[in-house]
Order: sequence, then structure tokens, then C-alpha cells
Amino acid sequence: MTLNGWAQIALFCGLVLLLTRPLGGYLDNVMAGRRTLLSPVLLPVERGFYRLAGIDPAEEQSWWVYARAMVVFHIVGFAFLYLLLRLQDLLPLNPQGMSAVPPDLAGNTAVSFLTNTNWQNYGGESTMSYLSQMAGLSVQNFLSAATGIALAVALVRGFARAESKGIGNFWADMVRATLYVLLPFCLLLTVFYVWQGVPQNLSSYVEATTLEGAKQTIAQGPVASQLAIKMLGTNGGGFFNANSAHPYENPTALSNLVQMLSIFVIGAALTNLFGRAVGDERQGWAILAAMGVLFLAGVVVCYWAEAGGNPLIGALGVDNAAGNMEGKEVRFGAPLSALFAVITTAASCGAVNAMLDSFMPLGGLIPLVNILLGEIIIGGVGAGLYGMLLFAVLAIFLAGLMVGRTPEYVGKKIEAREVKFTMLAILCCPLAILGFTALAAVVPAGLAGPANAGPHGFSEILYAYASAAGNNGSAFGGLTGNTVFCNGTLAVAMMVGRFAIIIPMLAVAGSLASKRKAAISAGTFPTHGGLFVGLLVGAVLIVGGLTFLPALALGPIAEHFALLAGSLF
Amino acid sequence: MLRHFRASLVMLVLMTALLGIAYPLAMVGVAGAAFPGQAGGSLLQKDGKVVGSSLIGQSFTGETFFHGRPSATTDTDPADSTKTVAAPYNAANSAGSNLGPTSKALVDRVKEDADKLGKGVPVDLVTTSGSGLDPHISPEAAAWQVPRVAKARGLPEAQVQALVAQHTEGRMYGLLGEPRVNVLQLNLALDALPKR
Repeated sequence: MTLNGWAQIALFCGLVLLLTRPLGGYLDNVMAGRRTLLSPVLLPVERGFYRLAGIDPAEEQSWWVYARAMVVFHIVGFAFLYLLLRLQDLLPLNPQGMSAVPPDLAGNTAVSFLTNTNWQNYGGESTMSYLSQMAGLSVQNFLSAATGIALAVALVRGFARAESKGIGNFWADMVRATLYVLLPFCLLLTVFYVWQGVPQNLSSYVEATTLEGAKQTIAQGPVASQLAIKMLGTNGGGFFNANSAHPYENPTALSNLVQMLSIFVIGAALTNLFGRAVGDERQGWAILAAMGVLFLAGVVVCYWAEAGGNPLIGALGVDNAAGNMEGKEVRFGAPLSALFAVITTAASCGAVNAMLDSFMPLGGLIPLVNILLGEIIIGGVGAGLYGMLLFAVLAIFLAGLMVGRTPEYVGKKIEAREVKFTMLAILCCPLAILGFTALAAVVPAGLAGPANAGPHGFSEILYAYASAAGNNGSAFGGLTGNTVFCNGTLAVAMMVGRFAIIIPMLAVAGSLASKRKAAISAGTFPTHGGLFVGLLVGAVLIVGGLTFLPALALGPIAEHFALLAGSLF
Repeated sequence: MLRHFRASLVMLVLMTALLGIAYPLAMVGVAGAAFPGQAGGSLLQKDGKVVGSSLIGQSFTGETFFHGRPSATTDTDPADSTKTVAAPYNAANSAGSNLGPTSKALVDRVKEDADKLGKGVPVDLVTTSGSGLDPHISPEAAAWQVPRVAKARGLPEAQVQALVAQHTEGRMYGLLGEPRVNVLQLNLALDALPKR
């Protein structure tokens, strides 16, 4: 580990903190429908969208209507994307003549992009036409991210409102998040990325003749415009197979820094929006602090593991000073690869700038643990906040049990109904992860997947279902996922991970919104201080640890001790 | 419910037109006008022919060239389309090796390369990159190859060393990323040296 590595990590954290409050204020204004800087340009567009779709943006929806609108929007989006992928060979903007995507892969991919997962059982440059990337995958990158923001804001309204039937309007939330937040930032980011070297063209692949006279085909495409939303929307699906490790998709250390910031910035700002909405910004900072503690712990372990290098390679007389470089790019080295891996799994992004499958056992353990804990460290845009708020409900409930009082959180009494729905949301994900992992670890179709033998092979399976159910999308990429078994089971895991959290979460929002605000008394537990932060971190670690420790012991932890003993598989 | 379907359908069509067609096409126009070189893939030409991209590594095996890192990219087997064959630096199919740290295949491969290159070889010269297309090597890895290249070209080592130093890029703004040498650009510069 080097001083320079730590300085880069500190710079990143400082920039996130600096952006949290201003962007939180902007998001708050946008989602409340107040006038902003961009309103003169965008308001007519927004109104046009509502008129054509027959929507009254001022209509308040109950949690049930809100959920229905969201689910129907997903169904229509799935059908459209599935057809686009199936028919891409007949459609324009296909200079490489890509054939139609097979049915199981198209279905898996459509679910994957709808649910903001971006798990990819394909390589972009060898499978997708430019039209599929632009009008199919990119569009869902925007919409699934906007849906995440909408849902988080709906839950925040549950806390902020009193004796209210509605939690907002899904259509208005989704349209505003897209038009005022995601699109304008993406315009700027695209130009920035092109400046750094990311291609943005519609040419066919370039045929080069190398210095040694060989032919090299170099994939091209409208990469920058898709990259911008892939990072900002915490989607993470690469234009190219190697994702942000590809020098076209992440050419410089500066493009890398901006990509990392893009992953975190909206999620961090949403904690501030929460604080503003409940009338006490300290509540938002407390949530962000709990996220920060978990984040930094992960960074320290992962950076330490990767910077140390692989002792089995060091034993061969190789100079290991640069750390574990298998699967890493020289321009990023160990520190930026480790940092990126922790960020992308803390949020539900899933983009990678190094191959996680080749990380050291404990270096790869951190991304896995981040996903298993529910991606509540900043988290996916929106998904992180509502995930963490559910844990806050649980933590406050546990605290209430200990002192024998009805718990309150930001002025709302937390009662049986909320806790039941919260537990439903928190338990569905582990069920999908562990259930499918167990299945895949015994049936032949599942065992055909892993590329590595021994405990690492088990890690590949566990990571796949964790990533799918966690809607992350990163992978221990050696796993062969493009089989009917994997396409099917992973798609189910992705749907469970999205809807089995969202729908109970909206129920909690609806239930909270209808409650009265409880007056603050001497007995109210303050939820903006260090004690609450500790309690929240504890709740996350206890739930995650109790659920997943046995599985982790079979995978990365077993591999770590095997490595120390010098065993190879 | 029907109301939601109509709203969903209209929204999806409008959003696809805006985000899926207008946005990327406008960006192709803007990028091509503002940064034509980068937007077109940062291609490098020599004598009017495209020899590669400054961002994409290529395979070098000859003694007279600096070599990049090993690459794990593959291509479809021409004899059997369900199989793949090794094809280093295949820029139409980026990929890493995805070998885990306790993989026997990894250790065997590194051992073979390390035995060829000698004791103390910098780690980036015996490990594959994440993309398989890494255009860079570390300055240490370049220095490691200077004697071989100088001998093969009949140049004084100091001259080759100076060329490497010229092509060594530091951290951006003295802080970001790692020091590195672009292999293709270094080799182009080698070829451009006056013949003697």
C-alpha cells in the first residue's frame, strides 16, 4: 500500500462529501416539482410527455396504485426490449451484422436491464447491434435508474408526510428524475468521456494492420453516451465485454475518477434529500455516516489484499511490488482497481475496471460481502437509500425491544405492520441467493458453470446469484452463464431481488404516510448521533453475518487458507 | 390497469425516441465535431494505413519490439464454431483470464513465462490484463526489456533507454493512476529512428 494510493482514496471520499449537499438540494427541488435552473427548457417537454400519455402529474397515488404503475411499466419495457434483441438482425444500425439474440439470453438480458442489474451473459462487442445498445439497453439504463430514484423518494415521503393517503405519482417521479437529473448530467459526461478518449461513432469495426503485419479488428460504437448513463444510473452493463477495464470504456485515471464519482454521487445526495424531507439534515448525514463506516472498512481490506500481491506468483521469482496484477490494467494498478471494486459493489453498479474473479481471496470477499449486505452502502440510485432505510426501521425496532418502548424513527411510530413488511423485504434476497446457490452447487447443469476448481469455483456460483439477486451485475466472470439453466435461474433471482424488495418497501411507505407525526419527547431516541449510527451498522452486520457466514466460509475464506497453505486447484 | 398500460406504452415510446435515438445520435454529432480523433477511436496511422489505436494494445512477439502484457482474449475456433482458441489482443472480443488466485492454470502459465524472462521480472509482464487489450506496461517492465531490444536493433542501450524515458507517462496531475509506457507508441518511435 502506498501513500499515493491512500491520497487517491481520500480525494475520492472528499469529492463525494463535497457534492452530497448541493446535489441533494437540487434533487429535492426536482422531485418536489419545484422550479429549477433547467425548467424553462424542460418544463414544456415534461408537460408534453404527460399530455401524450394521459397523465395528471398532480394526482396522488396510494402505495398500491404506485406499485401497479411501476410493475406495468416494467412489463411493457420487458416486452419491448425482448423483441428488439430478438429482431436486431432485421433492424438498422447493425454494421457488424450481429445475429438475433437467442431467446433465453434475450430474456435474461431484458430482465437484467429492466431491474437495474445489468448482469451480462454476453460480450457486448460480439453480440449486440448498435441499435440494441442505444435504443434498448441504454434506454433501460435510464428508466431503471429513474425508477430507483422515484421509489426512494416515495419511501421518503412516507416518513415526511402525516395522515396522507398518497405517496406521490410514479409517472411524475420517473419523468422528472430522467429529464432533470439523469439526461442533463449524461450530456456533460458524454462529452467529457469522449475528450478522455472514449469512442462515440457508428462506424463498422476498424481493420488495422499491426506493426508486425497481423490483422487486428478493433470494435467501435456509440460507447460514450452509454457509458455516461451506465455509471450515473449505477447500472454497470458494459458496452464491451471487459466493461470499464476496456481502454475504450475507461481510457485514463481521470475518466476512472469521474466514473467512480458518478456511481456514488446520486446515492449520496439522496441521503441528503431524505434529511431535508424530514426536516433535519442531520438524519441524512447519520445514514451517510453509517454507509461511510462500512465503505471504508471494505476499502482498507480490499486494498490491503490486492496491494500485497499473490504469494504463489511471488514464489516463482516474479517481482510482486505492484501487487496482484492478474486481471488488472497498468494505468489503474492495485489501488484504483481495489477502490473501484468496493465502490461498484457498495452501490449496485456492477461495472468493473478489473476482473474480480482474479482478485485475491480476501480482496474478492469484500465485493461479495458488499452485495450480500444488501448494497446499502450508498447503494444503487434510490435502491441504496430505501434498502438502508429498511435497515434503519429494523435497527430502531431492535433498540425499542431492548428498552421496551414503541420505537419511533423521524417522528413515525414503527409498529408491527412496518416491521413485518421490512422483514419480508430483507429476507427474500438471502432466500434467492442461498437457495439458487445450493441448487447450482448440486445439479449437473449448475456445476457445469464454474471455470475455476476448488473453493474458488463455489465462490463463482455464490457471487453470480448474489450479484443477480442484489441487482448488482458484476461477476466472477469465469462462470459460464450463457446456458438455459443459468439464464433462467439468474433471471428469477434478479426479479426476486427487485420486486420482492420494492413492493413490501412501498407498503411500508404507504403505511408510514398514513400515520400521525409523533411529538418529540424526552424518551425519543435521537437518530442523528453516533449511537444510532453504531446501532445501524450493527444491525446490517448482524443480519448479513448470520445469514451468509457459512456460505462465505465455504468460498473465499476456505480459499484464503488454502492459499496460505500453498494449495492449488 | 388499462390506464397504466397506455401510459407505459406512450412513455416508453417517447423515452426511447429521446434517450435511445436522439441523445446518442446528437452525441455522435457533437463528439465528432469537438473531438474527432477520440470519437473515432484514437486511431494511429503510418504511411496512410491504420496501424492500430493508441488506446488498444497489440501483440508483439519479435525481438526488435517491446512486448506488451500477456493477453487472455480468444476468438472463435475456425474449425468448430462452438469452441474458442487463444487470440491475444483480439480487439473485437475483450476479456480477462478470470483465473482465480489459487488456480493451477494461472500458476503454471506464470511459471512458464517467468522462467523464460528471468528472475525478478516485473509482475505486469507475466500477468494478463482485465481487458486483454492493455496498451501499457509499467516503466519497470519497459526497462526490463531495454537490453534485449537494443541488442536486436543494434542500438546503444542508452539511446533506447532515453526513448523509453520520453514515452513514460507519469501519474495524471502527479496524483491519479500509475506511471506507464504505451507499448505501441514506443515501438512506433523505435521504428521511426533514423536507420544506420
